[in-house]
Amino acid sequence: MSTMIKMVRALTAAAAIAVAAPAFAAGDGPHIERQQWSFAGPFGTFERGQLQRGFKVYQEVCAACHGLRQVAFRNLAEEGGPSFSEEQAKVIAAEYTVVDGPNDEGDMYDRPAILADKFPSPFPNEQAARASNGGAYPPDFSLLAKARAAHRGFPWFVFDAFTQYQEQGPDYIYALLTGYEEDPEGVEVPVGQYYNHSFLAGQFIGMAPPLSDELVEYTDDTPMTTEQYARDVSAFMMWAAEPHLEARKKMGFRVMIFLIVFAGLLYFTKKHLWRNVEH
Amino acid sequence: MAGHSNYVPQSAAAKWLESRLPVISLVRGSFVDFPTPKNLNYWWTFGGILAIMLMAQIITGIVLVMHYTPSTGAAFDSVEHIMRDVNFGWMLRYLHTNGASMFFIAVYIHIFRGLYYGSYKAPREISWILGVIIFLIMMGTAFMGYVLPWGQMSFWGATVITNLFSAIPLVGEAIRTWLWGGFAVDNPTLNRFFSLHYLLPFMILGVVILHVWAFHTTGNNNPTGVQPKSKKDTLPFHPYYTIKDLFAIVVFLIFFSWFAFYVPNYMGHPDNYIEANPLVTPAHIVPEWYFLPFYAILRAVPDKLGGVLAMFGAIAILFVLPWLDTSKVRSGSYRPLFKQFFWIFAANAVALGYLGAMPAEGVYVILSQICTVYYFAHFLLILPLLGFMEKPLPLPASISEAVLKGGSGSPAGAVAAPDTK
Repeated sequence: MSTMIKMVRALTAAAAIAVAAPAFAAGDGPHIERQQWSFAGPFGTFERGQLQRGFKVYQEVCAACHGLRQVAFRNLAEEGGPSFSEEQAKVIAAEYTVVDGPNDEGDMYDRPAILADKFPSPFPNEQAARASNGGAYPPDFSLLAKARAAHRGFPWFVFDAFTQYQEQGPDYIYALLTGYEEDPEGVEVPVGQYYNHSFLAGQFIGMAPPLSDELVEYTDDTPMTTEQYARDVSAFMMWAAEPHLEARKKMGFRVMIFLIVFAGLLYFTKKHLWRNVEH
Repeated sequence: MAGHSNYVPQSAAAKWLESRLPVISLVRGSFVDFPTPKNLNYWWTFGGILAIMLMAQIITGIVLVMHYTPSTGAAFDSVEHIMRDVNFGWMLRYLHTNGASMFFIAVYIHIFRGLYYGSYKAPREISWILGVIIFLIMMGTAFMGYVLPWGQMSFWGATVITNLFSAIPLVGEAIRTWLWGGFAVDNPTLNRFFSLHYLLPFMILGVVILHVWAFHTTGNNNPTGVQPKSKKDTLPFHPYYTIKDLFAIVVFLIFFSWFAFYVPNYMGHPDNYIEANPLVTPAHIVPEWYFLPFYAILRAVPDKLGGVLAMFGAIAILFVLPWLDTSKVRSGSYRPLFKQFFWIFAANAVALGYLGAMPAEGVYVILSQICTVYYFAHFLLILPLLGFMEKPLPLPASISEAVLKGGSGSPAGAVAAPDTK
């Protein structure tokens, strides 16, 4: 039995070694507060209403500058997402115009989007986006919730492996959207920039505060506040970045149950086979 | 290998096959009847775990290739296509990326087991050297695999590592251009890395066969380091070690699944979800965690060529380890001083990994230098001298004697508990 305990210790040590090397580079970043998310933890799922509200915020506020080019309209009606009906998704798609072609005359032409199309980006290329945004480039939203994370540092990243903390992305987006404040005294904010105490790349961000209370109309009784908008759009972005998150966690649980039962059976089989061996 | 087989073909078909190609007795001799020391502890199961990990990587990899597009314009999006549109593509991809990390966790444990129990010493030098070759090819494979998704860290990691070759005098620049297939990391680089990333795992498989052949010729080492003296000291591999290995493999798969299904991006870098952009350098370029100790050694030396030599030297020194360790006693369990230095070495390696993730500035540079010097001192000073200075504990006469006394070596040097039947 002592070998078993040692084995467990060894695996723990291995885990510690594995994580003793954080993939994050060091540096004193902003402090990002942890939020509660419905999709956190081993049984996490997205909240349909939140994803639908988040999508509305994206559509009405963010989409003017930020693309969503990896996401297709059909995804909106797929399982594990905002769960719009197929009809609703078709209506949403039809509001967008995409370029298709060439037709028989050899010309490209505009047509309303269909379910199979992906979200068209607001700018034809990065240069056009920068030109319209005072030199700043509004990043595409498709993967942003996985492409941003604040530095966690030792020993927190060790605990993260055990507590399954994987929501650094939405935590950061929420912190950024609610991190705007009045220019502090003695700090000179450059023209066209805004002070934000959560921005990873520095104090000043090229994006004007995008959210304000009562900006987007919610049809249910969800509070129409900046915090709520930020929370909803962060959740939506997590789904956009990881549309199969629910399926993954569900499958993970089945895999775990199977493996643990299998390991148990193997352990007793092993004990039985070795019962007459001094070793 | 086949020499250990007790197999006598019974059926006419088996006799026909055996007289032409003795493949049944080869397999029986290697994995069924093969006499294995009866005192192997769970540290010895990592060989089997690694075999399973190699197969898992090859199988998931082959399916991923069916959906991946190796081109700078399409690679990033094709990985997203796998994650979003391919049936269970997210699972294949997360199993493959996390599988690489698991592979390295298992191989590091396997290497440290060999270091502790003196598995590199005569007569197993060739097994050890083949193992170091596998480790080297693994590093090349993992490095090139990380480039394929064509994210920011893929691109900049490839740039940093390939640039190292330019430090070689006279021919360095030419070698770098040759590796790139051009004058920067670009489409030709991605294509050749893809080609090699598919080739190298099969080379690993080939060397693994040699590795197994070698230690099946000498017999396994064991926690006492004492060679089996009689039949009483060994057990047939099957069913005793097949079941023990299988149990360990499934426990390891639980650990693997935890990461692949619940925290799949834990070992990755968020910047790799940003498509490669040669015009934007990330704030900190960090390799995957399993390269960090070597990365720390690279950066510890102020001179570029010196750093490259130190980094490759850190692996090259393992090739001559069997001749640097002068002690006649194999197992660390009977070497009171070595045991302590072993754990200092292990802590030093972890420290190097931590320092590799830190920026190369201030106190981190000095600490990296101290740890680098200690790394080499362990092999070049401590191990050669210990053999002369240390007074080892008395060795058991045989494995069976050690087992009966309950003194079979364990990493902490603890006496096995009586309930270890």
